[in-house]
Order: sequence, then structure tokens, then C-alpha cells
Amino acid sequence: MTTAGVITRRKLRPADLGRLASVGLRTRKLRAGLSALGIAIGVAAIVAVLGLSSSSQAGLLAEIDQLGTNMLTVENGQTLFGQPAELPKTAPAMIGRIPGVTAVQDTAYVPNIDAFRSQLIPSIDTNALSVQAASLGLLGATGDTLAHGSFLNAATASEPVAVLGALAAQRLGIDRVFPGERIWVGNQWFYVAGILNPAVLAPGIDTSVLVGYPAAETYLGSDGHPSSIYVRAQTDRVNAVQSLLASTANPQAPSQVNVSQPSQALVARADAQSALNDLFLGLGAVALLVGAVGVANIMIISVLERRSEIGLRRALGATKGHIRVQFLSEALLLSLLGGAVGVSLGILSTAVYAHTKGWATVIPTEAWAGGFAATLVIGAVAGLLPALRAARMSPTQALWTV
Amino acid sequence: MTSANDTAATATTTFRPSGLTTDDARNVLPVLQLDDVTKTYPTSPPVHALRAVSLTVRPGELVAIVGPSGSGKTTLLHLMGTLDRPSSGTVRLTGLDVATMVDDDLAALRATRIGFVFQQFFLAEHETILDNVADGLLYAGVRQAERRQRAREALELVDLGSRLRARPTQLSGGQRQRVAIARALVGQPAIVLADEPTGNLDQATGGAILSLLDQLHDRGVTIVLITHDRGIAERMPRRVEMLDGRIVADTPVAPPQPASLNGDTPALHATPPTPRGMP
Ligand SMILES: Nc1ncnc2c1ncn2[C@@H]1O[C@H](COP(=O)(O)OP(=O)(O)O)[C@@H](O)[C@H]1O
Ligand SMILES: [Mg+2]
Repeated sequence: MTTAGVITRRKLRPADLGRLASVGLRTRKLRAGLSALGIAIGVAAIVAVLGLSSSSQAGLLAEIDQLGTNMLTVENGQTLFGQPAELPKTAPAMIGRIPGVTAVQDTAYVPNIDAFRSQLIPSIDTNALSVQAASLGLLGATGDTLAHGSFLNAATASEPVAVLGALAAQRLGIDRVFPGERIWVGNQWFYVAGILNPAVLAPGIDTSVLVGYPAAETYLGSDGHPSSIYVRAQTDRVNAVQSLLASTANPQAPSQVNVSQPSQALVARADAQSALNDLFLGLGAVALLVGAVGVANIMIISVLERRSEIGLRRALGATKGHIRVQFLSEALLLSLLGGAVGVSLGILSTAVYAHTKGWATVIPTEAWAGGFAATLVIGAVAGLLPALRAARMSPTQALWTV
Repeated sequence: MTSANDTAATATTTFRPSGLTTDDARNVLPVLQLDDVTKTYPTSPPVHALRAVSLTVRPGELVAIVGPSGSGKTTLLHLMGTLDRPSSGTVRLTGLDVATMVDDDLAALRATRIGFVFQQFFLAEHETILDNVADGLLYAGVRQAERRQRAREALELVDLGSRLRARPTQLSGGQRQRVAIARALVGQPAIVLADEPTGNLDQATGGAILSLLDQLHDRGVTIVLITHDRGIAERMPRRVEMLDGRIVADTPVAPPQPASLNGDTPALHATPPTPRGMP
């Protein structure tokens, strides 16, 4: 029969599907925007947390790099009986003779001496500060810098003059150097000459009150045995120097010497993820979940409201599959839109924060790729039920008017 | 803009019932054939919306189905349009038995061979009337550029060729229904099914819509018009009266139609059957 012919089923063209998927967005912009917002917030949180931790890590590594990875620290260890061991007074000079060593500086812990803001402070409030004698070129070896005032020099080294580590200054309540500013150390006023910036490679200096070697001996009864020796080596000889340090510092008892490369420990710490990250990632995941529920909710309402549109499309020849794919695509589009906004916001906030901190902006691929993947999954899951509902509706049911 | 004569000429060739050769038209092979069709809604108690309805619609006919509210007219239209299946009996569209076809094939059948016009217009308000009409071809596998081109032609046919970019909200009720009619026509369907197309319009506007349907009929379009309004039915060449799910009168049985097809034979012979929808 001529009229019977063959019926050909048609698939929607991709461009047409795209247009169909955006019907809900174009007709109800505010609603679509609000429902995508939840997903945007979740994705933004996740991207920002991962981005910030990567950027701060990159920043720390850059700082370590700038301070140099060629510093080695020699410290007195313990004797076989658990007592603090002593480094010989000659240790710095001996180390200085190792080939490849470019700088040697040292500090000597002064036992039984505390520092106070004034003599009126009870002696138990030590603020966990230590008093140390310091060689004059210390900053050159550790890479630390002065925040205020000046460091010890040949003249002040033998006078009751102190330089404060960053934390020491903070705990003593001194944030600037005024003429005549002094602290009570041992049984003696010491004038404050300077305050250091936070130390990176030699964090022990932060909580120290530094005085000159001669002053430590004269006023505080120090024996002058160094407790920490900061060594700089030529970059290509760091390992060779490191292997000689213990035996050179204390030939009699090399095992009572601790040698370390602080930059290594810092790099290791920079690699470790902070617990706070997990918390924020968790919050981001919760926001994503809430966003998913929002999209599912909007889609279900949309299917109910657009019943007659569904009926009309079925009358125009849409199959169940056409209806299903339309609503599924709409959910996907909605959630991808939220994801795109979220990734952009996450990157933007990371960039702004990293900029203020002077870090490079680093967004790990898994952060934004994962964000997009998550929104795809969310869109599919959130859109599935509404899409199935829309497709299940019979044409007559959908065209039914009240 | 084309002149009135051009439009008419295009219309006759374009809107001949699709897939029908002139020989078919002469043999008056039915477009639609219902045999002993019943429809019972499985509610409690069950509603017998259609009882043993038999009806044949031939190419080029304009049939009014008239009856009081609740007499089963819309149910009948849904069955004719393959939007629903009968509880018993057979429904044939362009020779195809609906019972032997799966849902997806019925959808494809609707996409290519059936045009619907509803009382509520069902236009997408955020889209131009051009795209509204073009959507009539969305599921027929036609590219967008061609959909628009054919939508333009269909809109010219209903006298809205100058308002292509207008939104439905900028149009009067009568104009909106003309857009819906253009959408039903755009795929050159074998049959147009209109359910109370004037139900939402005032008398004068409704009259204009009926005149448009008359004109389309004159051009060879097969139309089933559903109405509860006897006055409207009186104007139509064939009236099928329904009551309580039965056909109680069918007057007059139209003679093998259509005059206009014969009148236009030169043009028709010059045009080979359109490959769209049906080869
Ligand atoms: N989906 C349905 N479920 C149950 N009853 C229905 C349904 N659709 C129509 N009916 C009933 O079938 C009868 C015929 O309805 P309908 O075909 O809409 O008539 P008309 O269009 O002539 O007003 C009415 O009694 C109506 O209540
Ligand atoms: Mg009705």
C-alpha cells in the first residue's frame, strides 16, 4: 500500500538537544540560577581549598628555595646517660675548615637564665623563652632578617644588649624598638637593639633572646660552648659536608652530635596536607550534595509545571526517549553551569588570596577536573528521576487540562 | 512578500496531503479508519468513553465531530491521533494499524503524518512564532534551517508572514490559534486533528479560524474538527454526531472528494510525491 510506507524514527540533532536543554533555563532564569548556586558554592569551596593548599605549598617551597637548601644545622645531642652533650668550643672553627663550607655561625644556650619584660614579673612566667649567645654573623647563615633596629655588633656584643626573636618579642610585649627599651635578663637590664622577622630555617631562634658571647659570659655566666651551629655549604657539596659534620664538630663523640638539613623537613611538612583542608573539603561536599538536591527538586517541579509542554511535544512526535533526554540534559546543563561558575569562583578566590600572600596561584588539575566531573555526576543523578517521570507520563495525561 | 496568487499556488502544491499520489486520492483510500473502536477508562467505576465507534475519513475531507461535553470527542481525537490506544477495535492511519506498532513508531507517525490543534494553543511563550511553528518539524528529523524555511511558508499561509519574529504574548488569541494551525500544517501531515480550536476565542475570531480551516480544506488538507457547538458543525461539509460514546449520526456522507484536487490537477501532476515522511 502506497500510503502505509515506512516509518523512520529520528534522533534529536545535538544542536536541537542543546536548545531543548536550555528551555527551562531561558524561561525561568532566576530559578535556574538559584538552583545552580548550591552546586557553584560547593564546587567553589572544593576548588578553593585544593587551590589554596597547593598555592601555599608552592609559596613555602619558593620561600625555602629562596632561603637556600644548602644550610645544615649541627646541634649538641645527648650523652650515653641522657645528659645534654657539649660541643667543643673549637667546633665552629673546625667546621669552617671543611672544604665547601662557606659560612659557619653559632649560638650557645645559656642555661638557667630567663628573660622578662621587667623585674616585677614573677620568675615562673618565663614565656618559654631561651637566652642564647649568638655569633655576630648569625643572620647571614640562617637567612633571617631584622624587623626593627639592628643586630649585635662588635661593640654591643660585650654590653648588656639583646636582640629578640619574633616570638620572643611578641611574648614580651615588645613590637618596636624604642631608645632605652630594656628587658630583665638574669639579674640585669639588657637594652633591646633589634627584633627579628619570623625565622624559617632555624625556628629555634624565634623564641630566643640573643646576646653577644662576651656579654653572656660576663653577665650571665655562660661557659661559651655552642649548642647550635649553622653551616652553609656550596650547593653541590652539601652532602659531602653533611657527612663530615658530626666527626668534625666533636671528634671524640660524633654520635653525640645531631646534624640536620632543615629545608628537607620543611619540604616534607609542606607536602603534608593540613587537617583543616579535610574539614573544608567536607563542607564543600555537603554544599554539593545540597546543590544536587536543589537541582533534583527544581527538575521535579519543572516536570510538573511543564506537563502541557510534554503533552504537546508528544503530540508533535516526541518519543519517551526524546522527553527523557530533554529533561536529563536540562539537569546536566544546570549543574554544569553551576560547576563552571564554581570552578571560576574557586580559581578567582585562590588567585586573589595567593596574590595577597605573594604566592604563585596553583590549581591542581584534579581540583577543577574533579569539580566538573562531580557536577556531571550530580546533574545525571539529580535529573534521572524527574526525566523518567516526564517520560513515563502518557501523552493524554500530559495534555489533560483542568 | 509574495502576492496572493503566488501564495495560493504554493499552498496547493505544498499542502496536498503528504504521501498521496493523485491516484490514491481518486481511489479515496482512507486516511483514517476506525473499526468498532471502544475505549474504557479503568477508573472505578470504569468509564465507557467510546462504544463501538466506526468511522472513515478520506483524503481531503473536512469532518466535524460534534457532541455535548463528555460524549467522548476528545477521547476519540486522542485515539485518531495515536496519543492513546483503543481498548478494542482497530485504528488505521494512512493504512497503518496502530495496534501493530510500538510507541516509538507511533511517535514517528505523529511527527510526520498527523497535525494537532488544541483549544489552549500550547505555544512556547519565550520563542518567536517562527520557532514555535518550526518545532512542528523538530521530531521529524528536519534540519533547523529547513524547519524555519517551511515554518515561514506555513505562517504565510495563515496570514502571519509579516510577524515571524513576534512572540505569542504579542498576539491576539485568534492569531495565536493561527500560529498553532501553521505548526500543525508545517509537516504536511496526512490529517489535521483540531480539538475545539475555537473554544478559547470569541465568536468573530472563532469564525475567522473556521474560515481558515475552510480555505485549507479547499486546498486539499484533510481535517477533523471537534466541537460541542452545533452552529459551527452546521457550517461543515460532513458532520458526525456523538452522544455517550456512540456515533448517533453521520451526515452527509461526503461524496468522494475533493473538488479542489480535481481543479488543481495540472499543478498536482507536475509535482512528484514528496519524499518527506513517506517515500
Ligand atoms: N483519562 C481519563 N480517565 C478517566 N475518565 C476519562 C479520562 N478522559 C476522559 N474521561 C471520561 O470519558 C468521558 C469522555 O470524555 P471526553 O472524551 O473528554 O469527552 P468530550 O471531549 O466530548 O467532552 C467523560 O466522562 C470523561 O470524564
Ligand atoms: Mg473535549
